[in-house]
Amino acid sequence: MEAILTYFGALKPAALLRACPGGIAQGLIWGIMALGVFMTFRMLNIADMTVDGSFATGGAVCIMLVLSGWNPQAALLMSCLAGATAGMVTGLLHTMLGIPDILAGILTQISLYSINLNIMGKANQSVNVAKVSFYFTNNVRLLSRTILISALCCAAMIAIIHWYLGTQHGSALRATGANEKMARAQGINTNRMKVIGLALGDGLVGLSGGILSQFQGYADVNMGRGAIVIGLAAVIIGEVLGQAFLRKRFNLLLQLVFVVVGAIVYYLVYVFVIWLKFPADDMKLLTAVVVAVFLAVPYLKDHSKNSFRHLAKKNAKLQREEAPHA
Amino acid sequence: MLEIKNIYKTFNPGTINEKHALNGVNLTLNDGDFVTVIGGNGAGKSTMLNAVAGVWPVDSGMILMDGTDISGLSEHQRAPLLGRVFQDPMTGTAANMTIEENLALAERRGKPRGLRRGVTKAGRERYHELLKMLDLGLEDRLTVRVGLLSGGQRQALTLLMATLEKPKLLLLDEHTAALDPKTAHKVLHLTRRLVRDNGLTALMVTHNMKDALHYGNRTIMMNEGKILADIDSQSKTQLKVDDLLRLFERNSGAALDNDRMLLG
Repeated sequence: MEAILTYFGALKPAALLRACPGGIAQGLIWGIMALGVFMTFRMLNIADMTVDGSFATGGAVCIMLVLSGWNPQAALLMSCLAGATAGMVTGLLHTMLGIPDILAGILTQISLYSINLNIMGKANQSVNVAKVSFYFTNNVRLLSRTILISALCCAAMIAIIHWYLGTQHGSALRATGANEKMARAQGINTNRMKVIGLALGDGLVGLSGGILSQFQGYADVNMGRGAIVIGLAAVIIGEVLGQAFLRKRFNLLLQLVFVVVGAIVYYLVYVFVIWLKFPADDMKLLTAVVVAVFLAVPYLKDHSKNSFRHLAKKNAKLQREEAPHA
Repeated sequence: MLEIKNIYKTFNPGTINEKHALNGVNLTLNDGDFVTVIGGNGAGKSTMLNAVAGVWPVDSGMILMDGTDISGLSEHQRAPLLGRVFQDPMTGTAANMTIEENLALAERRGKPRGLRRGVTKAGRERYHELLKMLDLGLEDRLTVRVGLLSGGQRQALTLLMATLEKPKLLLLDEHTAALDPKTAHKVLHLTRRLVRDNGLTALMVTHNMKDALHYGNRTIMMNEGKILADIDSQSKTQLKVDDLLRLFERNSGAALDNDRMLLG
């Protein structure tokens, strides 16, 4: 009892408030990655396992280019291109060599581990943030600026993706994910669309990795580990929240917005749990639990409405009530 | 216009599941032909349509369209020439896209897909008029997801999509088999009207013998991957379902034991 009291006594509400802006910034940055996952997972209907690798590739490319004197923003562009190339490789493995999509992603991901080590020359590389001025930085004094720029970045990406998905080309991409047979019957080269879609998705993931490496001032070969789970978490948390609050008004644009909202919510939960002094080693376990809960909620909700057991109970009761009169 | 020359296709060759699906099919369609295709299960009707559509390459033989061999083109490369409607109403449309988005996709068949708007204002007005013609009340539901439509509505929409960009050849693979009789009738009527109004050439697989005789100007009968009989429009008007059954028995040397065909 005393232990619990001292535990809660040691938690400072002010510390939680102080940690929130950092969580929001991280959520916005990972939100860009989640938008990439949305492109592949929801639009193409492929669970793209490349992202764990391409996220770190984006970070590695950005840090190494900045170290060699590149402009940080130009370096981000290269992060995006590097990610897109990785996605393209997964797409080609899948479409040209007939490797199942999930396996193709895993193959690219594992090969990227070595490639990332080669890019950086060692497991991690850092930039002296005092010497380089980044738009994205976890420096507490500049955090509000970082949040603003990240939010603008997310808004721009959402606008571009929404515009693209409404074009003839973007519609063909969606058709490929929705109904491949129909897409081919309409003359769409579905293999090419898959490669393009994976490249676009992983391009966003690479960009996000680059931004995060600037934010934290270093890139690490392990920085993308579990990224796909965080991306899926953001997509699914966003969907559950969006459907709960907006119901029929939940259109494509709002779906994209809620992907980012999902990422922010995920990081706020993360901040909260860290504040509760949850051991850092167990965070991956927690991530899995959070994703499982959000995946299960819509299913269980539907199940409670459409359940054989409830129906059996209800009808048994009805029969009992009718029996005396019979 | 379509010339099928001696095509063969064997599925799972060299295995216990080996199936000689097409055994030397020869067929020539003239411009404006509306041909119905009948035959028992496994006769090769759908396989022939899939061969023309390019779902997979045939083992041997040629498929000519207006004199050009298309047998080496992949499915999406042939799509500009073909309009297709499938047996399963789910197959022809993208369920989680709206009616207008599906129509816009079909309108770009055979054209490059660029970065212009998928659904335009002018397009929307066009779709409204076309859907009005279907008389299913879909014209006011352009922004509704296709997944919410009934099977009959989806087949009607797929038909419209298949003919929106006038195809050289319309392939109908038992497109009314999954519908209730009344809806099937409606969809068949619509089919005939679209074929007539657009002056299309069509190949329609059906299990319903009455429909096979009633619609189109020619009927071909298939069995074991071959064409058994080719009935022209003149003899078609005089034939009854019983005559067809007898014709089948005589040509195949076997009685027709397919319930679905007899029921038709």
